Amino acid sequence: MAELTPHQTVFALVTSLLAFLFVLELVRRRRLREEYSWLWLLTAGAMVLLVMWYRLLILITRIVGAVTPLNTLLLCAVLFLFAIAVHYSMIISRLASQVKNLAQELALLSARLEERQR
Amino acid sequence: MKALVLLPAFNEAARIGRVLGGIRAAAPEATVLVVDDGSADDTAGVARAAGARVVRLPFNLGAGVAAQTGYKFAVREGYDCVVHLDSDGQHEPADIPALLAVIARREADVAIGSRFLGGGADYRAGALRRTGMGVFGLLAWLLTGVRFSDVTSGFRAFGSDVVRFVATEWYPTDYADADVLITLRRAGFRLKEVPVRMYPRAGGRSMHAGLRPIYYVFKMLLSVALAPLRREAFERKGS
Repeated sequence: MAELTPHQTVFALVTSLLAFLFVLELVRRRRLREEYSWLWLLTAGAMVLLVMWYRLLILITRIVGAVTPLNTLLLCAVLFLFAIAVHYSMIISRLASQVKNLAQELALLSARLEERQR
Repeated sequence: MKALVLLPAFNEAARIGRVLGGIRAAAPEATVLVVDDGSADDTAGVARAAGARVVRLPFNLGAGVAAQTGYKFAVREGYDCVVHLDSDGQHEPADIPALLAVIARREADVAIGSRFLGGGADYRAGALRRTGMGVFGLLAWLLTGVRFSDVTSGFRAFGSDVVRFVATEWYPTDYADADVLITLRRAGFRLKEVPVRMYPRAGGRSMHAGLRPIYYVFKMLLSVALAPLRREAFERKGS
């Protein structure tokens, strides 16, 4: 099976490390909350691990039946992006339900207040 | 019996006055609550002038959310029965006492106004709508063993246990028809259909306009299919 060229290795390593550091920096500056960062960090971490631990990448490539290790890396990236998108849909659904409850609460309370003032 | 007549309303200032007048004539002892779902027109003002109590949602949240706001209101103020009807004049207010009576006599926990039962045969619907009603009626029958003649009816009365049940988290936000009936049946409530009159809309914008029917069918198929599997379907009433 084709080895990753040093060129490919360096590029993949640098990209994943940069992604990892970028997410960490966002969390440090409180632009991204810890609870929403873990899936991103996991993605970047997994990419680094797969590039560094080449035998694992080969093994996974064999298991999924991909042609080259690079395909496996790409497949992992797509799967993680899918997971992240679904994760966000879940968060949005929860937020929508919280907004709904808040709006209802606000409406009921202000109706009570208005009736009392009349 | 402390009864609440609940009307969710979205931009219905032109039509709601007449409906409220009809309700006052048909059920003078009931409190009327209009939940204004973020209307841009003077729906709230018209309703207040007609003697209804009004709860205004800060922005448009959908018919299901507006109705649930009314159920939460009823729970807090201790109503024994809530009759839900449309604010656009499609439902005949004179039929409210018939629905209330079912709850008052404890014949059922849910009274559903059916336009196809008994005398209500003068309602005409298009072929597409008729097909949809047929399919969801069939699904509801398969999933609950109850034959509903009008599964898309929004004209219904809930007893206090049911009101408490629908005031919890799961109540659907947009369309709430067949899936709600299935969930209520699965939760052990008794459902009974009552013949009512329904009319075509007197103008304004239907919530079934444009591409909405396609989304309606998708949403309803999904939630009807999942209704028997969801957690609330296994919770017993009053819990």
